[in-house]
Amino acid sequence: MPAAAAPVALPESVDEVLQALADEPEAMILAGGTDLMVEVNAGRRRPVSVVSLTRVRELAGWSRDGDEVVLGACLTYADMERGPLAALVPALGQAARTIGSPQIRAAATIGGNLGTASPAGDTLPVLAALDAVVETAGPQGSRRLLVGDFVTGVKQTALLPGEIVTAVRVPLRRGRQEFLKVGTRNAMVISVVMVAVVVDLDGRTVRAGLGSVAPRPVRARSAEAFAAEHADWRRGAVASPDVVARFGQLCAEATSPIDDHRSTADYRRRAVAVCASRALARVLPPEGVHGDGGPSDE
Amino acid sequence: MTVTGERLRTGRGLGTSAARPDGVPKVSGTFGFSSDLHADGMVWGHVLRSPHPSARILGVDIGPALAMAGVHAVLTADDVPGTNGFGLEHADQPVFARDVVRFTGEAVAAVAADHPDTARRAAQAIVVHYEPVEPVVDPEAAIVAAPIHPDGNVFRHLVIRHGDIAAEGDVVVEGTYEVGMQDQAFMGPESGLAVPDDVGGVDLYMSTQWLHVDRDQVADCLGLAPEQVRLTLAGVGGAFGAREDVSMQVHICLLALHTGRPVKMVFSREESFLGHVHRHPARMHYRHHATRDGRLVKVEARMLLDGGAYASTSGPVLVNACCFAAGPYHVPNALIEGWAVRTNNPPCGAMRGFGAVQACFGHESQMDRLAAELGLDPVELRLRNAMRTGDCIPTGQVVSGAAPVAELIRTCAAAPLPALDPAPSPMSMPGGSGRAADAGRVRRGVGFAVGFKNLMYSAGFDDFSTARVRLDEGVATVTCAAAEVGQGFVTLAQQIVRDVLGVDEVVVAPAETMTIGSAGSTSASRQTWMSGGAVQGAALAVRARLEAGQTGPIEETYEHHHPPTFPLDDNGQGNAHVSYVFAAHRAVVDVDLDLGLVRVVEIATSQDVGRVLNPVQVVGQIEGGIAQGVGLAVMEEIVLDRGLVRNASFTDYLIPTALDMPTVTVAALIEEPEPGAPFGAKGVGEPPTISSSAAVAAAIRAATGLALPRIPVRPQDIALA
Ligand SMILES: Cc1cc2nc3c(=O)[nH]c(=O)nc-3n(C[C@H](O)[C@H](O)[C@H](O)COP(=O)(O)OP(=O)(O)OC[C@H]3O[C@@H](n4cnc5c(N)ncnc54)[C@H](O)[C@@H]3O)c2cc1C
Repeated sequence: MPAAAAPVALPESVDEVLQALADEPEAMILAGGTDLMVEVNAGRRRPVSVVSLTRVRELAGWSRDGDEVVLGACLTYADMERGPLAALVPALGQAARTIGSPQIRAAATIGGNLGTASPAGDTLPVLAALDAVVETAGPQGSRRLLVGDFVTGVKQTALLPGEIVTAVRVPLRRGRQEFLKVGTRNAMVISVVMVAVVVDLDGRTVRAGLGSVAPRPVRARSAEAFAAEHADWRRGAVASPDVVARFGQLCAEATSPIDDHRSTADYRRRAVAVCASRALARVLPPEGVHGDGGPSDE
Repeated sequence: MTVTGERLRTGRGLGTSAARPDGVPKVSGTFGFSSDLHADGMVWGHVLRSPHPSARILGVDIGPALAMAGVHAVLTADDVPGTNGFGLEHADQPVFARDVVRFTGEAVAAVAADHPDTARRAAQAIVVHYEPVEPVVDPEAAIVAAPIHPDGNVFRHLVIRHGDIAAEGDVVVEGTYEVGMQDQAFMGPESGLAVPDDVGGVDLYMSTQWLHVDRDQVADCLGLAPEQVRLTLAGVGGAFGAREDVSMQVHICLLALHTGRPVKMVFSREESFLGHVHRHPARMHYRHHATRDGRLVKVEARMLLDGGAYASTSGPVLVNACCFAAGPYHVPNALIEGWAVRTNNPPCGAMRGFGAVQACFGHESQMDRLAAELGLDPVELRLRNAMRTGDCIPTGQVVSGAAPVAELIRTCAAAPLPALDPAPSPMSMPGGSGRAADAGRVRRGVGFAVGFKNLMYSAGFDDFSTARVRLDEGVATVTCAAAEVGQGFVTLAQQIVRDVLGVDEVVVAPAETMTIGSAGSTSASRQTWMSGGAVQGAALAVRARLEAGQTGPIEETYEHHHPPTFPLDDNGQGNAHVSYVFAAHRAVVDVDLDLGLVRVVEIATSQDVGRVLNPVQVVGQIEGGIAQGVGLAVMEEIVLDRGLVRNASFTDYLIPTALDMPTVTVAALIEEPEPGAPFGAKGVGEPPTISSSAAVAAAIRAATGLALPRIPVRPQDIALA
């Protein structure tokens, strides 16, 4: 059912967006609309006016900038799930493939996932594990924030009035990446638990981002340090299944999950431990296992 | 006879896969659903619902809503001119709550306004002073708790004593089982349009399952004669039992009469979840007695169904749960006690399988437990006890019709098992696109289940159907109030008339209450038998007049009745049912043991159908019914927290997607004609749902070695066991 009509501005540049927001401070930003319109249709939000980002070409697509990729705020999951970007940042491609349905992935954007800042937002733990930086633009100029600083709480962000997300800068790393998501359905499901593990062969580090287990995406720092220390970097292999198991345990200890209608805190902790162990075993396969890491999707 | 191989026979008469007249419009998006209704000058209705599972209403102030621009009417219990109560069996549910609310979502007031959003905001502006009361949410406690309704907390208590209730077996197995609250989760939300006439009556266009009983309930609440309420079926987007009860019907008619304007209402998804009945959650305790060689001696069962706040069809659902509690087996002795009780949980009523689904999970779990105790193969144990024509169910009623249970079991069990994928991709493993499964920790399990239930209404209810056939210049027109809810009755009506009259063009007129009598409800797998029988009767009468040489338009109306049934006596004995239908399911699942994620790989099934009237439609019912059975087994549940619904949305009430749906293998459709049934055909809608859940649960047990006494089986039930 349609809500009472609200005017929609269709600016074509970031400057025009900022002007539109300055003119209409109550306006809501609309990207793919897959979160916003659900809220509007349910009567939980009643926009008085809307600023749409869909015609802003500089926010669309992605580009490579040295040893980083720059993801436009309006980059869709359809753009991320396969092709060159998925090859450069595999965990992001894997996460994109778990999101919604093909229809949702064609419309929904990474900027919208950040804007909503749900604990279950699937790209957030990946971006956290990648040390990705959120770029914003606003009346006071532009800012750069780590994802962990951008998300300040359950559905809360560090965005100031009149500010928008313009891009996400993702450092490129040499090494395997894994994203695992647990939900009670094989597709189209809100995450009960997410684990992203990213290896940096050059820096000899392991980064782990966890989702749906705390108000904000979690970095499992002590697990990361443990894995970096116990990995055999020369041979690119984790020493033993014990290390894999311990890594999972340490990841679980980094979480603060809750009981809700989707699952229980105990299950979430267990699932993080299991998924983190599996992810590590895929990115740093134990000695004697020479696969290509994780299972292929096709 | 067993149908195997190519079932897609082309043609237009009975036995062919005649195309649905509504198929192309539905697929291409031109079909008019009830949510597409429009009338010039219409206003929009919205209902204010209780946020509390139990509360006293101290006062209602509609002033702020009335004062809003664009609001045409705000109605409460004071505005109900007739009986402030409705219900399929007992009129115990108020149109609008007056002094108390008994469940979260109970209607308190309704608004009509220019715009749906205005109506919604006006409803929110109504000030209701509630005094919350501790809700009764435990069905066991409800039996003895202080009554939460003047009619008491027990909808029905039933004891079935069959044979020697003191009989003992050499081997006894015992278990307690639980089934969660499933929702029908149809796609098209409740919606309708009420148009007032100039003389105090109303035309109602509504997506529903039973037009005449809606009409009678609406008329009673409005204080009108039934003829003053004229109901026409609007396009139905799925039903599965949830549209059998009145939802918004009375509210929009009241608003239309008050405003003098057409009133439309469309439930949001959340309102839909709150505004219709669900499948009864069940707690079942069983004790099976058997001989050492695996013959059932006695079944003892106690069935407890949570009916929620209002009666709906809790009584008949309980009768079914008890009648079919022992399963489709030869059971010489039985003692079955059932309770259906009132609580402050959401009301429960009809859903595909109607009491037999819960019972099947109980008796089939027990059969597996017994097989394990005896060291017998579960399929072999079922074969040894399979019901046959001439056996009786625990009510003492002899099953006189087709009961090909052994053949169903044999054919289903004989279907080749799907091969293990040597190099599974994530999409073919538990958890699918989430890539969480580890092939090394995935185990396969196979489970088997058999179920049965009654066709048509039972226990003395004469659920007849009426149809009219008119033949004019080579075109036949069928008029029947049978609700087409997606099951394909409109196709069948055309097929029947084509066969009987030898004409090609058959028009199915809209279902309505003005020119034709009741067709009964589209439920209980009954429309093929009842309305199919009525259409056949009317067409045969037309043919007789043709054969007698009559020319010009010919019109005949026929009322089809099934043989009479009788209520159960004090010992739960009696001939309560007309006919039974059976099916067997074999489920193959893969389970990730550490994460508790399940992928249902395949369901093989054999079904007792009497006769296949439309092969594609039979398989469609089988696939759809299995989807709902799989859903109940692994994901579908209304999650309640002290009477509050936690997941009234498709975000959180999960139903299987295409990627969760297993391969369905129809091992056999057993065509043993049912005596007394038109065309020898049995209804096919419910059996696919009855035993598929139990089969999936059994397969998960086989994969994990866990007891898993509850469905849906949640990941934590496996991973944290
Ligand atoms: C059926 C369905 C399935 C879904 N499945 C998933 C899933 O599996 N995983 C998942 O994570 N999410 C899922 N979602 C949620 C949603 O698709 C994602 O969060 C998506 O990324 C939102 O992007 P959008 O472009 O549609 O955002 P919009 O709805 O347009 O906006 C979302 C919010 O972000 C704000 N916003 C948008 N862009 C910007 C910007 N550039 N700067 C500042 N604020 C901005 C908006 O104002 C709004 O508050 C699902 C949604 C639906 C309807």
